[in-house]
Amino acid sequence: MSRDVPTPSQTVGPFFRLGMDRPEWSDLTRDGARGEKIAIEGRVFDGDGAPVDDALLEIWQADAAGRYDDPAFLGFGRSITDEAGRFRFVTVRPGRVPGRGGALQAPHVNVTIFARGLLKHLVTRIYFADEPANESDPLLASIADVAARRTLLAVRQEGTGVRVYRFDIVLQGKGETAFFDL
Amino acid sequence: MSRDQQPYARPPPGSQPPYLHPEYRSTLKRAPSRPLLRLEQTVSETTGPRFSAAIAGPQLVDLTRQGGREAQGQRILVAGRLVEEGGRPVRDSLVELWQCNAAGRYLHGKDQHDAPLDPNFTGLGRAMTNDRGEYRFLTILPGAYPWRNTHNAWRPRHIHFSVFGPAFATRLVTQMYFPGDPLLALDPIYNSVPDEAARRRLVSDYEPELSEAEYALGYRFDIVLRGRGSTPFEDRG
Repeated sequence: MSRDVPTPSQTVGPFFRLGMDRPEWSDLTRDGARGEKIAIEGRVFDGDGAPVDDALLEIWQADAAGRYDDPAFLGFGRSITDEAGRFRFVTVRPGRVPGRGGALQAPHVNVTIFARGLLKHLVTRIYFADEPANESDPLLASIADVAARRTLLAVRQEGTGVRVYRFDIVLQGKGETAFFDL
Repeated sequence: MSRDQQPYARPPPGSQPPYLHPEYRSTLKRAPSRPLLRLEQTVSETTGPRFSAAIAGPQLVDLTRQGGREAQGQRILVAGRLVEEGGRPVRDSLVELWQCNAAGRYLHGKDQHDAPLDPNFTGLGRAMTNDRGEYRFLTILPGAYPWRNTHNAWRPRHIHFSVFGPAFATRLVTQMYFPGDPLLALDPIYNSVPDEAARRRLVSDYEPELSEAEYALGYRFDIVLRGRGSTPFEDRG
């Protein structure tokens, strides 16, 4: 093996549930968490608009106070899509975290998407459409294409009880989600 | 955490697969059609989950007796180190593994391959790396199996690995292959990695010193994650 080249990514394939199915991990509040409890749910679609029923999503987020190193809140979740391409997380609304140069970022949730047909995972972010701080977020501001920026906004749903945000992911084509190169 | 943390280096060109790789047909409707947007790493990307043993769950490092009796097939030891570029070990880090059985069949409802399941083999493994970044599994040599990518296509023997490393930016899911497998030259997933040296990193080494006499063959598979800091490739995007 050659030295010092990072190991390449390979697809999770169709059978990842065998090694990665951790249903309890979709609820980031399962051990209790401070802050406003919310749900984030949506569907994943392919280039034909068909639901992706074998995607695995992981999220990584700060706690309600904007901390990534909260010993009482892991900040990590995992959800596998169902036959209709649906996923769902229960979590807390994250606080603001520092960006580059000390500027604050708007509250956001970092997302990775794995699936058959994805030779390496996709990365995106969930922002909250009802968040005033979005106006000054450096990453959102850097995206000139309004339609692409809009794909990063989770929309609050009507209803009572735990506040629900809707965030659909389009892998390809019309309405394609903005994905990032880290 | 107001200071900017040093970002993780971008991998060298050609060392990672593209999203669209038509020879692997499932990429056709799932690869994004627009170029990825470049993101300057922040604390959101340079931090990552730290799994305690309690959250990760019990270690599952012996896959040869998960049904109570011995699984069928060739026993193998799969061991290696999880390191960052430059060699720094990644300690106390979760490693997840899954694979098919010796006959080439996964314990999964969607696997319709007409090969026998093994009641003593689930194909699920889980470990935390030790202080030197090492992991070690005792398992069964997975079989090759057919898939419907093209007529008479067969996947080479492989084991799936999921590792986290220290940050959101170091997350990696990959596949480990076996040296000398004639199916490697024909496999569009393996060959999706353009750079040959990088591709070779996916192939484990047979290691006699790792083998246990009269018991199991040893294969070494080291996993290298993106490291922090500058490389000659950092600014090429």
